[in-house]
Amino acid sequence: MKRLKTIPLRVCLLNLTLATAAALGSCTPVKEYQKNRINDSEMSLSNRKVEKNELNFQSYREGSSGANGGKTGGGCGCN
Amino acid sequence: MLLLHAFSQTASKDSTGFKPKKLTLDEVDLVSGYYTQNGDHSAIRGGIGSEQVTDFANQLELKWVGYDGRLRKNSLTAGMGVDHHTAASQAWISKTGASKRTDGLRLYPSLDWSRENEQKGSSISAGAYYSNEFNYHSIGLNAGVTQKTKTNGEFGLKLSTYLDQVTMILPSEFEPPGAYTIGRDGELKHPHYGSTGRQTYTASFSFTQIINTRLTAAFLFDLVEQHGYLGLPFHRVYFTDGTDSIEKLPSQRFKVPIGLRLNYFLGDAVILRGYYRYYLDNWGVRSHTASLEATLKLTPFFSVTPFYRYYVQTSANYFAPYEQHLQTDSYYSSNYALAAFNSSFFGAGIRLAPPKGLFNTHLATMEIRYGHYTQTTDLVSDIISLNLGFK
Repeated sequence: MKRLKTIPLRVCLLNLTLATAAALGSCTPVKEYQKNRINDSEMSLSNRKVEKNELNFQSYREGSSGANGGKTGGGCGCN
Repeated sequence: MLLLHAFSQTASKDSTGFKPKKLTLDEVDLVSGYYTQNGDHSAIRGGIGSEQVTDFANQLELKWVGYDGRLRKNSLTAGMGVDHHTAASQAWISKTGASKRTDGLRLYPSLDWSRENEQKGSSISAGAYYSNEFNYHSIGLNAGVTQKTKTNGEFGLKLSTYLDQVTMILPSEFEPPGAYTIGRDGELKHPHYGSTGRQTYTASFSFTQIINTRLTAAFLFDLVEQHGYLGLPFHRVYFTDGTDSIEKLPSQRFKVPIGLRLNYFLGDAVILRGYYRYYLDNWGVRSHTASLEATLKLTPFFSVTPFYRYYVQTSANYFAPYEQHLQTDSYYSSNYALAAFNSSFFGAGIRLAPPKGLFNTHLATMEIRYGHYTQTTDLVSDIISLNLGFK
């Protein structure tokens, strides 16, 4: 089967580093009383509970997993 | 009960008048999902044949919260999952497709504890997990720490291990003569299945940061090392000469997924949630995952969230389709999860969370989500999930 071409690792890491640095570099102090939007339950940086089964099937049907706060092993010997 | 009692410490009152609070049930969550898929690249038949699967998954989670005498918040979460699946390809563990057993049950209890020191901004946690199904057993253990920074950030480290046992169910033609018999119910009978081990060790690093009053970010980085039997014994491979064997994969795999999340509160009623992940491993798989959700808050307590996820991966070095592997290959698999493909996943969810609960009951949140998934391998699937949160 033909192998798909993807962007090289060093380019991805550079982009991730730049994006993270840009985001962190633009931090502004946020007081507790200014966190009404940040504290909204939909702003959570973790997965939604309702996504749990989606993450499961993706990890079985795709060759990669992880870096999403979910499980990285164990589970089913599925078909 | 002993475990609950152990965490419900009582200590003398401190000078602030704070009273410890015993662990009390704080939250109950029920997550149910129905998944259905179809395709024509079954790994059991060496990359051909029906991949029809249905899975009905249910998880119940109970969370207790309490405070000890030193103002530390203790949380104990007990979970129980029950999945029932059907898979058309299971019939083909028998060479002739004679097995009538095309379904299975998986049970997976879990227990997690965490202690958060709100004054120091730190927490520690530990958890245990068990999963049991006919051909697979897994024990998981984890421990983690988090530490908040003075600048609205938080570092996290979690170490996990999964110790699994794979039951060696071979395709019928590879069993010694007489090992399999077919019972009256049509089910394959085998008295002496052996098993073999698989171990997974993971270190998960995270850093979350509030960037401003509307923007938060998380950087996620895992190192995953696997050892042992990493294929499945009933996955066939057909060679160019028409003969077949069982999947053979290296006994070691090292994975590195790196992820970035960005959440942005746009205006007063829209939340954008973005995610990107780059993944690589030493089997040759490289992948990119990008997803975007836009939550529209129609009222403060009712929201609609359409989403889209795109995924692309390269093939593992050991994958080839049906009858394309050579007998001389060191490793071989025709499992299309290791093929080169891209996929799209899109759908929408709705969430209700009125302040006094739904219908004036303890039902605090209700979330329903539907997604449609397509792969360029022709795999198509649909999933609908429900989360009920009780307070």
